Amino acid sequence: MDIGEFLAMGGYARYVWPAWGLSAAVLVWNAWSALRLRREALAAARRRAGQP
Amino acid sequence: MWTWIHKLGSPPHAFRILERLAPWLGWAALIVILEGAYWGLVRAPADYQQGEGFRILYVHAPAAWMSLFVYVLMALAAAVGLIWRIKLAHAAAAACAPVGASFTFLALATGSIWGKPMWGTWWVWDARLTSELILLFLYLGYMALRSSFDDRDRADRASAVLAIVGVINVPIIHYSVEWWTTLHQPASVTRLAKPAIALPMLVPLFIMLAGYQLYFGWLLCRRLQGEILRRERSAGWLKEIG
Repeated sequence: MDIGEFLAMGGYARYVWPAWGLSAAVLVWNAWSALRLRREALAAARRRAGQP
Repeated sequence: MWTWIHKLGSPPHAFRILERLAPWLGWAALIVILEGAYWGLVRAPADYQQGEGFRILYVHAPAAWMSLFVYVLMALAAAVGLIWRIKLAHAAAAACAPVGASFTFLALATGSIWGKPMWGTWWVWDARLTSELILLFLYLGYMALRSSFDDRDRADRASAVLAIVGVINVPIIHYSVEWWTTLHQPASVTRLAKPAIALPMLVPLFIMLAGYQLYFGWLLCRRLQGEILRRERSAGWLKEIG
């Protein structure tokens, strides 16, 4: 398979790649956001309980 | 049986189950989504009308499907919380909302990007697109309503009512392509008869959908853990958590 041809997406590169790229970005943001919520909630709960 | 359900509802126990479940879901999601991306971008044949442009399908349709699935799950959890006064169910509903909103945004954005080359426009105010946009506002409204209360129990109850009432929009979105004239194509997979899409194109779609489902499972585990911790007052068990 020709890599240049693959990236060109038969002329649809400027639609296909932004759609996939945006999807990847939102999925990664979701993971970051969920882990941040968990980390911050854990720290807050420990503060409430008076633990280090 | 009842003691088992009772134990499940206890925060430390639920937290530990989620902790054990999450890595499996997370790694499975990563593998399946990468596999789906390979099949969707490389292995699936080009469409005879849309050429390579149809490959947006593999990120658009799973996001759109998940936007509805997550909403129904959120409303069910909210209803369980409201009827049986289970705090864990309210926590699950709250954990669903931001993820569902992000999937709805993705469905709208990737659909818009797909619409430009195929329909010649980024956006039309037709039934499918408008009802999906309303879904996004329902998610955002749910989250805004929750954050407008200081008292968590009142936030749970008020937002649950909104979530349940909003369910009416789900069948409207699904059937919008049949009830109204729209640019959006009708359902091609969830038909009782033979699907209107060829198998080599369909298989990557199912892989991607499975990957999104697994990924949502992982996100829900992690967010629900966060929600459980937020609600926890007697936190003697927190020492064990890494």
